[in-house]
Amino acid sequence: MREDVESTARRTLTRSTRILGALQLDGPLVLGLALIAVYGQFVLYSASGGDWNTVVRGSIRLCIGALAMLVCAQIKPGQLRRLSPWLYLVGLVLLIIVDAIGYVGKGAQRWLDLGLFRFQPSEIMKLAVPMACAWYLRERALPPDGKTLLILAVIILVPTLLTIVQPDLGTGLLILMSGGLVVLFAGLQAWIIALLGGASVAAAWGGWYLLHDYQRQRVLTFLDPQSDPLGAGYHIIQSTIAIGSGGVTGKGYLQGTQGQLEFLPERSTDFVFAVIGEELGLLGALLLLALYLAVVARALYLASQMRDTFARLLSGCLATIFFVYVFINAGMVSGLLPVVGVPLPLVSYGGTSMVTLLAGFGMLMALHANRKLAA
Amino acid sequence: MRLPGSLSSRSPRRGERGRSRAAASSGLTRKPEPSAPSFDRRAMFVVAVFACIALALVWKAVTLQFVQRDFLMGQGNERTVRVATIVAHRGAIVDRAGETLAISTPVDSLWVNPAQLAGTGDEISRLARALQRDPEELTRRVTSNLQRNFLVIARQLPPAEAQRLRALEIPGVHFQREYRRFYPAGEVAGHVLGFTDLDDAGQEGLELFYNHWLSGHDGAKRVIRDNLGRTVQTIESIRPVRPGQDLRLSIDMRIQYLAYRELKSAIQAHRARSGSVVVLDVQTGEVLAMVNQPTFNPNDRLQMKVALYKNRAVTDLLEPGSAIKPFTVAAALASGRYSADSIVDTSPGFYKVGVKTIVDKNNLGAVDLSTALARSSNVAMARMAVQLGPETLHQTLSRVGFGRVTTSGYPGESAGLLPQWAHWRPIRTATISYGYGLSVTPLQLAQAYATLGSFGVHRPVAFTPVTGPVPGSRVLPEQVTRDVVNMMESVVTQGSGRKASVAGYRIAGKTGTAWKASAGGYITNRYVSVFAGVAPVSAPRIATVVVIDEPSVGGYYGGDIAAPVFADVVGGALRLLAVAPDAPLDAPVDQIPESTPQREPDLDLPPEADAVPPTTIAQRGESIAAPNGAQR
Repeated sequence: MREDVESTARRTLTRSTRILGALQLDGPLVLGLALIAVYGQFVLYSASGGDWNTVVRGSIRLCIGALAMLVCAQIKPGQLRRLSPWLYLVGLVLLIIVDAIGYVGKGAQRWLDLGLFRFQPSEIMKLAVPMACAWYLRERALPPDGKTLLILAVIILVPTLLTIVQPDLGTGLLILMSGGLVVLFAGLQAWIIALLGGASVAAAWGGWYLLHDYQRQRVLTFLDPQSDPLGAGYHIIQSTIAIGSGGVTGKGYLQGTQGQLEFLPERSTDFVFAVIGEELGLLGALLLLALYLAVVARALYLASQMRDTFARLLSGCLATIFFVYVFINAGMVSGLLPVVGVPLPLVSYGGTSMVTLLAGFGMLMALHANRKLAA
Repeated sequence: MRLPGSLSSRSPRRGERGRSRAAASSGLTRKPEPSAPSFDRRAMFVVAVFACIALALVWKAVTLQFVQRDFLMGQGNERTVRVATIVAHRGAIVDRAGETLAISTPVDSLWVNPAQLAGTGDEISRLARALQRDPEELTRRVTSNLQRNFLVIARQLPPAEAQRLRALEIPGVHFQREYRRFYPAGEVAGHVLGFTDLDDAGQEGLELFYNHWLSGHDGAKRVIRDNLGRTVQTIESIRPVRPGQDLRLSIDMRIQYLAYRELKSAIQAHRARSGSVVVLDVQTGEVLAMVNQPTFNPNDRLQMKVALYKNRAVTDLLEPGSAIKPFTVAAALASGRYSADSIVDTSPGFYKVGVKTIVDKNNLGAVDLSTALARSSNVAMARMAVQLGPETLHQTLSRVGFGRVTTSGYPGESAGLLPQWAHWRPIRTATISYGYGLSVTPLQLAQAYATLGSFGVHRPVAFTPVTGPVPGSRVLPEQVTRDVVNMMESVVTQGSGRKASVAGYRIAGKTGTAWKASAGGYITNRYVSVFAGVAPVSAPRIATVVVIDEPSVGGYYGGDIAAPVFADVVGGALRLLAVAPDAPLDAPVDQIPESTPQREPDLDLPPEADAVPPTTIAQRGESIAAPNGAQR
């Protein structure tokens, strides 16, 4: 009897592994992502004030993301490599078009209206920049020399700056980081890292004068939220109160006063992490962080199994950029970082970054499934 | 120094530079080993960095959720837990029959949090449209109060409209439940009741005097409010709400309305400046009706002016003129020096007191007291008063209530003016005897007449129903007052007050027509017309005073202007109170043969200035210029 159950379970497991294998998907990674997604929808129901519509629409977005992942998982590594520079160029052209339209229209412009849906070229760049960097580096000696680094810097910084002037600092920084992570994985001399660190401090000092007023305000508010409790500091104050008042076990699902009573702004989008902290407490937040870390660890493990430079650099970047998302979001919600509009991956409602992220994981699994093939 | 494994492991590949693409890729597949550890080490480095970052996150969460938990929880509660006031319902005011005179109905006030509302941008104009206000003006008001958290935009919205505005769900817009006072009787009872302010607290009249009784105690409860100020949940009750108590008045709305109607039509017909009617219950001292003109509608706060809402019946002073004469006669009778059939010689129609001369319209010769009262002889009154002396006259006037506030407690009541007798020179005693040199309120006059009506028992004025008999205090001998009332009846049957007669009832009263005093003397073409009396004579039930100030059309004698109003009000009131008629109905007073061919004007002073001896003018000027006895 018991053996029957065990053997049935084992058969089911074997069968699903086989199906996943046929689809070029990695079981543990898909499981981790699915757990985060389910947890996310569970929290989203509470964060939207018990609105089923939000959960349904969030799930539809998840399904679109999963579809993108499935499609991307079927791409052969060679195709992906050949696609990389073209994707980058197309993205760059679109970015310039968007910037031009925004300049002519004298307003913030981030997306192209394609009639059926709005499309953010900067979203493409989150994938296209690391792909282009990995594509460029695969033929170069590693660690890259000065000339290579210079070209990489151009590849990364041009789309970064084009995005920042939109103005979209959050996405711009994410593009910069995804490119930078590829370079980091390619290997950098310590003195270059030190130099970059010094340069970024200098840039921060100089960049202060280039920032928009609202961006400066965000930085100032980050340094002292209480200086403007009803204005720019409102978000941070409300979210730290939400997280802090949750304690270890939280106030209970659907019981958070900050979130449920709408003191917490953007509670179902960028600040959903605060709802988790308030209602499910430290344990709920740690559980989510653990799931994220598990996914990143698995993704990095898959990346480390690859043998091709392009595949490894791209996979390593895709795995780690996921955690950068988590860190920036959780950091800003808990008051560790200034507020930049970065959603909590797979949990926050809305936005197109979920599709980009899952597409990236699809590529990673495709690269892993075909790791024996030359890219 | 190098990054872990970066240069050393990749250096062999430097030689591969420049090879063909195929060779490079085949090289990769052929020799994967050298790169693997280096990549792993870099990955380890990245993981280590991320682990540090993750630790920072965990540290931050622990700080917030352990170390600062209590502080932040308190902060959270401060944002949601509020003490809400439960506004107490103000008690209703009803008349003696239970008819509603004032009642509080729930309304809502709309207030906004300016910072929150301003942040919504377009919502201000949406709110303005819903309130039918100018969007720009509202925007200005909101944006100029950004530092405030509480700004009232609209008060006392009807429940239906508040519901409609609430449904807009504009952030930062809140509602506060309040009560608004409604006065079903409108201007008919406006003066007696007074009114409340926007916070439903009594401001004038009985609303003010009985405020502590009517207004209850607001309750308080601890509630959880959301960001839009909506109450989500009640945690506990801090203090229960205690609604105000209802107030029953002695006012009889039927008589009140009658008095209102008659006074208003008389004021309009004679184009008078103002007027008052007071009806008192003789046996209890209860106020049955009290109306004034001009009046106001307490429901419409826009038209309210201070001049309109003063209750002239208790605040305005007038020199009563001849209406005081019954009390002079009462003083004479009470002194024992005069009896009901005493004769007073009034010839030759004037009477010199010192350098002043007091005149009658006609030379009446020697008359009894009844005729002296009926034909309103100034000379007879002055002669008696001078003989009695100031102390005796003052004592009687003071005992019936002149010169001090009634005990009604009505806010803003005047005490009137009855000068100290010790300073009275003979001329002052003489003028006071026919109603100049002292001032009274209509309510005081009514109370004094009620004292005559109760045959000498003085009772306090009450605005609330009195249960059981009121003992009062005897201030005049019963026989004296019976005689005076009988004499006053002759005023109505034969004298200056025949227009005050009522079919079926015996009426006793006295007319009064007084020149109006102003700074520097009396004004010879402005009069106050008064009629005061009690009815029915056989067992007086009500005392009524009618005062009409400055009639300008159709005469000015108290017997012409005030007496008809008195007749209508008293006749109606007696029937409404189901008082049994005490006069034969088949002999209406109008058809009683008139012994005197000429109407007897009761004017104390001749209306034409040129008909008055110069000394009289001087005497008048003296009496007002120094009303308290300090003569020039």
